[in-house]
Amino acid sequence: MFPEQYDVIVVGGGHAGAEAAAAAANMGSKTLLVTMNLQTIGQMSCNPAMGGIAKGQIVREIDALGGYSGIVTDKSAIQFKMLNKSKGPAMWSPRAQSDRMRFAEEWRLALENTPNCDFYQEMVSGLLVENNRVIGVRTSLGLEIRGKAVVLTNGTFLNGLIHIGEKQFGGGRAGERAATGITEQLRDFGFESGRMKTGTPPRVDGRSLDYSAMIPQPGDERPEKFSYLDTPVLQRQRDCHMSHTSAKVHDLLREGFDRSPMFNGRIKSIGPRYCPSIEDKIDRFADKDSHQLFVEPEGWNTVEVYVNGFSTSLPEDVQFKALKSVKGFESVKFFRPGYAIEYDYFPPTQLKHTLETKLVENLYFAGQINGTTGYEEAASQGLMAGINAHLRLNEKDAFILQRDEAYIGVLIDDLITKGTEEPYRMFTSRAEYRTLLRQDNADLRLTPKSFDIGLASKERLKRMEEKERKSDAFVNFFKDTSVLPEAINPILERLDSALVKQSDKMFKVFSRPKVKMEHMLELEPVSGFVEDNDLNREVLEQTEIQVKYSGYIQKEKNNADKLQRLENVKIPENFDYFKLKSLSFEAREKLSAIQPVTIAQAARVSGVNPSDISVLLVYLGR
Amino acid sequence: MIPNDSIIALATPSGAGAIAVIRISGSDAIAATTPFFKSIHGKKLVEQKSHTIVLGHIVEGKQTLDEVLVSIFKAPNSYTGENVVEISCHGSPYIQQQIIQLFLRNGCRMADAGEFTLRAFLNGKMDLSQAEAVADLIASDNAASHQIAIQQMRGGFSNEIKNLREELLNFASLIELELDFAEEDVEFANRNDFKALIDKIQKVLKRLIDSFAVGNVIKNGIPVAIVGEPNVGKSTLLNALLNEERALVSEIAGTTRDTIEDEISIGGIGFRFIDTAGIRETEDVIEGMGIKRTFEKIGKSEVTLYLFDASAVISAPNEQVNSGLKAKDLLLEIKKIKNKYPQKPLVLVANKIDRLSEEEISNLESQFRIPFEEVSNRSTRQSDLVLLSAKTGQGVEELQSRLLQFVNTGALRNNETIVTNTRHYNALLKALEEIDKVQLGIDEELPSDLMAIDVREALYHLGEITGQVTNDELLGNIFANFCIGK
Repeated sequence: MFPEQYDVIVVGGGHAGAEAAAAAANMGSKTLLVTMNLQTIGQMSCNPAMGGIAKGQIVREIDALGGYSGIVTDKSAIQFKMLNKSKGPAMWSPRAQSDRMRFAEEWRLALENTPNCDFYQEMVSGLLVENNRVIGVRTSLGLEIRGKAVVLTNGTFLNGLIHIGEKQFGGGRAGERAATGITEQLRDFGFESGRMKTGTPPRVDGRSLDYSAMIPQPGDERPEKFSYLDTPVLQRQRDCHMSHTSAKVHDLLREGFDRSPMFNGRIKSIGPRYCPSIEDKIDRFADKDSHQLFVEPEGWNTVEVYVNGFSTSLPEDVQFKALKSVKGFESVKFFRPGYAIEYDYFPPTQLKHTLETKLVENLYFAGQINGTTGYEEAASQGLMAGINAHLRLNEKDAFILQRDEAYIGVLIDDLITKGTEEPYRMFTSRAEYRTLLRQDNADLRLTPKSFDIGLASKERLKRMEEKERKSDAFVNFFKDTSVLPEAINPILERLDSALVKQSDKMFKVFSRPKVKMEHMLELEPVSGFVEDNDLNREVLEQTEIQVKYSGYIQKEKNNADKLQRLENVKIPENFDYFKLKSLSFEAREKLSAIQPVTIAQAARVSGVNPSDISVLLVYLGR
Repeated sequence: MIPNDSIIALATPSGAGAIAVIRISGSDAIAATTPFFKSIHGKKLVEQKSHTIVLGHIVEGKQTLDEVLVSIFKAPNSYTGENVVEISCHGSPYIQQQIIQLFLRNGCRMADAGEFTLRAFLNGKMDLSQAEAVADLIASDNAASHQIAIQQMRGGFSNEIKNLREELLNFASLIELELDFAEEDVEFANRNDFKALIDKIQKVLKRLIDSFAVGNVIKNGIPVAIVGEPNVGKSTLLNALLNEERALVSEIAGTTRDTIEDEISIGGIGFRFIDTAGIRETEDVIEGMGIKRTFEKIGKSEVTLYLFDASAVISAPNEQVNSGLKAKDLLLEIKKIKNKYPQKPLVLVANKIDRLSEEEISNLESQFRIPFEEVSNRSTRQSDLVLLSAKTGQGVEELQSRLLQFVNTGALRNNETIVTNTRHYNALLKALEEIDKVQLGIDEELPSDLMAIDVREALYHLGEITGQVTNDELLGNIFANFCIGK
């Protein structure tokens, strides 16, 4: 029924699994994607949106590396927004509302069109392991499928337990079975596992809502997109809407607190602090009598609507009664209530930088199984696990992104070095050098690397090189070209910026905070250069950022280089920390457990102080 | 894994002295010493209790090298945390070398610079800032710099910085929160509070940076330029100052061939006296260059002593004599110095008053006091006339107390923080530079993600001082600054 042996078997078809399978297959591994339900490949279990602050940057990075998330998002988007445009470019974050059904369909089609990728629908109930090396998987029907490497992307399915009020039942997602067997087997191998919790809001019938009572939230006037490739730009968009909870809504919700699994102790695991349920918000911010709700359409044509901000596991009658009191929701009809779900995860400190487990060779973990939350975080781990599984099978060097190279690098390093106690979500503040990790330059940062390992296509590289060449030339044009006072002063006057007295380099004038590309384009030589060189919007954006923020970018580069020195100080394998008496006891324990590869990584282990690092550095002869 | 081979070095300064101390550290230190030490009681060294001193002889075969006292410190209760033996031998360089050579031939190794302290650090006997202070402590050669080093070893101003850094860190987190939750309605960093904090940090940093000037002169000695003709009694005066305290620290050749510096400790503060030529107008090119140099030296000094021969002036008040100047010319020269360096304290020192009668002395006073105060009126408080005789010592004490007045010892007395460490100073400067940028950013409403870069940078430099960030360059420096044996 199956080939004698696959190269890579991916268990799970969510964001992590789909990217893992695509990456391994695209690099040339014979790949099998096994999932419990082939109809839910690329399913968005929670909100119908991709991107957002820090997450949008990750999607751009996935795309730059040759993953599919950006392309799939572009093909199925119904609205696009570049968040934080008023801040510096490190904060510009793309986000798209997606058509949930089309998103999943695009994923399925993308994978079907990927050579080397096979599919099989069944629950994997165990791993085949020999001499601490994985050699395949066993399904619930007892089938054994051989594979040289296995990527586990089980999401919330491992012993998933859904809570709605006082009701609880096993399940991996609304209407889907939980997966059993894997956790137990991994624990037998010596893995440590834990429980986490997440939740989702009710879905409602859009026809029952009064949008006139809500604030429309339209997309950008000139929408951009995620993929650096030639994907379609949105021609029309759907609005989201905003409404607010009120003191009355909060009172109604509170009435159900005694039946809430969150408060009556039924749910013991930790949920994402940054994405709290509505009952959590009311409880923790008792002085606030209103919270924002975002009303998001689930697609172009469907009437289903996602009530973002109202994630809850209160009894369905309480959810319903409270939501009815929200402005515009007076006659709301439920498609389905919100719920909370508890699931197993494996503390990610048990992984290497490649996402391979330390205990079982050729076994990789990606996504929520590692304690993360978010489609983007999951997808990027899947991609990296798929890449590294392939590279390892082909005896090539591991593909590890550094913290100053990609959010993906920050994510994985955080996970394996610090572990996580609550569902891990990416933030820009987790990156030391976020000014380098922008959404506009993910291709410049990552595409050449990915091309070198055989994933990013030649076309991708060529596009990136053209963008780089053109924007460099444009930056140099601003450095080399002077502008006369009579040409620039009318513009400066309008912008309320000090006038120039003599001719000056355009670069200098352009560096002023108030002067933007649109203003520079008013100058004939600038617009002429754009026309002559056929510069597109991306090149203009790249150039503007490199001119206006060059000082900050350079500063962060210098700092990153400083850190790089510690990144280069390797710690010998199996280093005996207990012999260094001047290390704090906690540091000795933590470092022994994590076994960091470099001094810089050791410094990021929680519980390790700078003084401990000094001791290590001195000891290692630095 | 920690190197614990036995290392040996001379712990006292090299050269001859009454006694010298040789220190050996390592897990085998006591065992390695045992075969070469014959206690007068016949007890073997390995059997001695920790923290005891034994009299005996260092022997090699049948040959006795020296009679010595041996102190035993057993791990972990020693300076390095290892077994330590200290041999107090007689101080001739020959004996020192014989003993050290003996142990080098028998399994010990010469210690690297700072290696004893390095081991102490690695064995958890001291933290990094303490190790750094140990180096300063060893180098301190007067009461004031010693006090500062001790202050630093106990934590010093790093606590103050630590608190400010923490406050700044809190704001930095609020800014980050604001950035990452821009889409949600959470409360953000209060800009007024933030501005107030930045102002506060700025003030503290400026104060500490200013204190470096004070701290630096205390550590290195306060430079005092002595201006005067060759035969007005400069060396006699230096000897007089010296004899009072008997504390000549060093005699170093200055940067130019004709400069001699004498370092003298007065009232616990180090002073460096820098000899200069006079500044009399001249046509002579070489002398003209000398005048230029004199002014340079005055410029680098904290205080100027203008020394003249009172007897020469008084004996010929209205005409030039071969050895001196007319009072008028003298005042002119002072005026020149004052014009060039109006803020520098200047003391007019009339020497050789032992040759003067009481009447002549009061004449001298009236002749100089008033005009002198006139020429230096811009900062009279900081200028003065001192009458003394370097030969008899009369008035020398007064000069000393004047010199001490110029030193900002207030900060020392009040236990105020003084920065003496160049590394700290540089970190403070860099931190201030970043803080200034943050302030500018607040004023110009810079996007907060860009402001956060400056804040992070400031936090980094503050953390360098408190040891809350690791800097590998710094680590190398700290232990390299030790001399061997500590």
